[in-house]
Amino acid sequence: MPLSRLSSPFLSGTSRVTLHMLQLLLALVPAVIALVYFFGPSVLITMTLAVVVALLAEALMLKLRGRPLKPFLTDGSAIVTAVLLAIALPPLAPWWLTVVGILFAIIFAKHLYGGLGYNPFNPAMVAYVLLLISFPLEMTTWLPVASLSEHPLDFAGAFHVIFNGQLVSGLSFDTVSGATPLDAMKTQIGLLQHPSYIAQQPLFGLFAGKGWEWINIWLALGGAFLIARRVISWHIPVAMLLGLTTISLITWLIAPETTGSPLFHLLSGGTMLGAFFIATDPVTAATTIKGRIVFGAGVGLLTYIIRVWGGYPDGVAFAVLLMNMLVPLIDYYTQPKVYGG
Amino acid sequence: MLTAILAITIMALIFGLLLGYASIRFKVEGDPIADQIDKLLPQTQCGQCSFPGCRPYAEAMAAGEADINRCPPGGETTIQALADLLEVEVKPLDDECGVEKAKTLAVIVEDRCIGCTLCIQACPVDAILGAAKQMHTVIADECTGCELCVPPCPVDCIDMVETKLNPNTWRWPDPSHVDLTLEDQS
Amino acid sequence: MTTPLGSFPGGLVLDGQKKRSTYDAIRKTPLSKKLILPLQQHIGEASEPIVQVGDKVLKGQKIARADGHVSVYLHAPSSGTVTAIDEQPIPHPSGLSAPCITIETDGEDRWVDLEETPDFTTLSEHEIRHRIREAGIVGLGGAGFPSFIKLNPGVHHTVETLIINGVECEPYITCDDMIMRERAEGILDGIEIMRYALRVNKCIIAIEDNKPEAISAMELALARRTELHDTNIVAIPTRYPTGSEKQLIQVVTGKQVPSNGLPIDIGIVCHNVGTSYAIGRAITHGEPLISRIVTVTGIDVTHAGNFETLFGTPMHELLSFCETRREANEPFILGGPMMGYNLSGDHLPVTKTANCILVGVDNAAPKTDPLPCIRCGECATACPVSLLPQQLYWYSRSKELEKTREYNLFDCIECGCCSYVCPSKIPLVHYFRFAKTETMNQELETQKADNARIRHENRLERHEAEKKEKEERQRQRKLALAATKAAKEKEAAEKAKTADPQPDSQEQ
Repeated sequence: MPLSRLSSPFLSGTSRVTLHMLQLLLALVPAVIALVYFFGPSVLITMTLAVVVALLAEALMLKLRGRPLKPFLTDGSAIVTAVLLAIALPPLAPWWLTVVGILFAIIFAKHLYGGLGYNPFNPAMVAYVLLLISFPLEMTTWLPVASLSEHPLDFAGAFHVIFNGQLVSGLSFDTVSGATPLDAMKTQIGLLQHPSYIAQQPLFGLFAGKGWEWINIWLALGGAFLIARRVISWHIPVAMLLGLTTISLITWLIAPETTGSPLFHLLSGGTMLGAFFIATDPVTAATTIKGRIVFGAGVGLLTYIIRVWGGYPDGVAFAVLLMNMLVPLIDYYTQPKVYGG
Repeated sequence: MLTAILAITIMALIFGLLLGYASIRFKVEGDPIADQIDKLLPQTQCGQCSFPGCRPYAEAMAAGEADINRCPPGGETTIQALADLLEVEVKPLDDECGVEKAKTLAVIVEDRCIGCTLCIQACPVDAILGAAKQMHTVIADECTGCELCVPPCPVDCIDMVETKLNPNTWRWPDPSHVDLTLEDQS
Repeated sequence: MTTPLGSFPGGLVLDGQKKRSTYDAIRKTPLSKKLILPLQQHIGEASEPIVQVGDKVLKGQKIARADGHVSVYLHAPSSGTVTAIDEQPIPHPSGLSAPCITIETDGEDRWVDLEETPDFTTLSEHEIRHRIREAGIVGLGGAGFPSFIKLNPGVHHTVETLIINGVECEPYITCDDMIMRERAEGILDGIEIMRYALRVNKCIIAIEDNKPEAISAMELALARRTELHDTNIVAIPTRYPTGSEKQLIQVVTGKQVPSNGLPIDIGIVCHNVGTSYAIGRAITHGEPLISRIVTVTGIDVTHAGNFETLFGTPMHELLSFCETRREANEPFILGGPMMGYNLSGDHLPVTKTANCILVGVDNAAPKTDPLPCIRCGECATACPVSLLPQQLYWYSRSKELEKTREYNLFDCIECGCCSYVCPSKIPLVHYFRFAKTETMNQELETQKADNARIRHENRLERHEAEKKEKEERQRQRKLALAATKAAKEKEAAEKAKTADPQPDSQEQ
């Protein structure tokens, strides 16, 4: 008997999981365009590869688990995971890096926990962290911004790099690759350079890394769109950004030689992607209102701590995973007061 | 190499001692498993499991001497619950113990009752009211449907009547038992 | 008019669908040949029949009396003959049957003698409550709680505010709207009586702001009734489920009814406008509750509207009166689309709690299987009781009933806001209803099992005690026997001594 006829309510709203996911992808479009503009078309190739492999992996796992294919393949969650991972990966990522990552995300981080809605950890971040730890070289080999590069990649070049692991021109990776602004800031602070001096370098733009600041701004605008459309609630992004700003502001005021400015942190690396698209993943984030604020703030704080005092230039992925672990505890202690209670 | 082996062995010994101490120091008194099992049983006290009541059966299961599929009044739900508690495989009900039936209550047909008190003596929960040469009657609220009163009756005046579902005791069906293929009902 | 003082979180703004059924005035349903009256049309104990098969009854005659405290009387809606007292299918989500009295009407519709009381102040409060009970009046908003109980402040409470619920927040239902438009005077009659019975002065009539005609009709009637002091109309912003008693109290007064408590604990009593009207008729005109206004509406109904229908009228008669084409796969609901239930057929009778028959719903919920929960939290945002439907769902699904109680499962009013907003289309309310009935059933079973265990253990103890007693008696008897034996032997020995003195004297 169809369930909807067994019990009230017999009306339902227009909210749908697929719609949710589609709007998320829409919000990412401006940022992807910016990525292509600044770093070349390789992100598109990586994205296509990731989406195809994600859907295939999802279909395989659904078959193995004896679940129906159509409703789950069309809910869009695998596509979203693939796209987010592709955006997070460096532009020179070889094809096997993407494939290993997305397979791990879909199979291990999602389906082995029970599929959509059952995973405790954000699959895209799990994949990212796996790759970062297992293949540190490939994961930290970034391209400089196209305008700064002597050998910017075009479509054919990108294709060649990703699938053949070599540059068209026969040049070695060392000549074309460079550090990300976060990476540069961290290493040079370590070499006792002053952050305001570091920020003058050509790698850096107005507030943060050149190109990176634009990508982050577009991501933030996309996030605002999602909040306006009520796809995500404002609590997690605002809490995360406030958390990050607060701790970076305090540190920057006390010891400005140890860290970049708060604005730098806000517009660098995965901050905006994390704030609006990753930490807000409903399956793995806290569910109560107060819980979301705590969760977001935690992600912001941990991101900064890992960036400045930890071993990696960007801490968003680790911060999100660590807070994912705390979600059941957070939910338990932040229940709202029931009517009459 | 040798130091590594030695170090691991010593650590294993230390942790083993700790665990052993904890298992003695924090041991839970009594046999809570038997209590937990008893709580899952329907308390019909019918003896179909071949034990003289629910508690002895629970204790036998706790000691690993009895299987979990011997209780017909409990039926599949009880077997499932026992399987979950004891973390064993679910088995179908053992045929030799009986079959799962709908819950029935004993009703004495008063025209035939001779007042012999044999059924009163048989009832494990004292659900039959009566005295020698007086009319016997079953207190419906207390009857567990164990049927132990039926064989002793010399005039066969006890009927087992099925309890009817009424709107006040009806339960909503489990929504998670969903057939993933749609059926339409008119 | 006064302004509301509070609001509740969550809730939904729904498409009212009220216009369909408010074009025409209230019409009377034609008399049916057969009236089937369930003995339980209210919360509490079922009524007990006081007629027998074959009895001739008059319109308004008592045919069943209240059994126990939470019970009311039942009356014949029309004159005729009682043809059966047996189990008949009743409107209920289970589709099961229950005891009913069936009356075949004679078409004459003859009233029994009625006791009119133009001035209710000549009656004591107690007498008024008694008459309301005898008139069979229950809450006509849909729940069917015996009204006389809610008109008794008792010795421990003082009622400060009487709230009259004219909110009717569920889409499609318009019976309260129409009764306010057409019978405002009657409603005010009832209000006066209720104020008297509750010894309360302040009265607030709450009406949703999507009912401007009802608001003006009530205001006009109120203005004409100058002796009704301290009674105000409050226009409530239209939001579902404001009509739910606890939520209405929160909106009108800003106060919350304590958990496990009743509105009277904070000095408030709520009654529906329909109930109010019925009370007025019962006390002033002596008329028992034998009919109500039923909204028949939905996309399959040609002449939707509101109908004054006698209880026991088979629904199919009402439906054909409105020219309804019932489709096989569409909802056929008693109540509204958010909280009503599917009916198993249209031969079922109209009862005291039948406020609306809904045939075919616009934007009905899709019949696809739900996706897994994506933990988005929309349900918690929509819940007017501030529950966590998500957690309740997980625990109901895994049958961890203890945990559902921890998360206040029984505070859920089953309004359906959570299911409505769920992007995975999970039937959340169904899960909660399932968990509730499972919990209640489990409690019943556990209680029975515990009883059985105690009785069994007592029986074993008693047998042990009897055995011991028997053994003790046997021992005593043995001792007694041994004692008497010894005494006998002693006696015999003494006798032997005194009976033979010779050997002794010869020696001397």
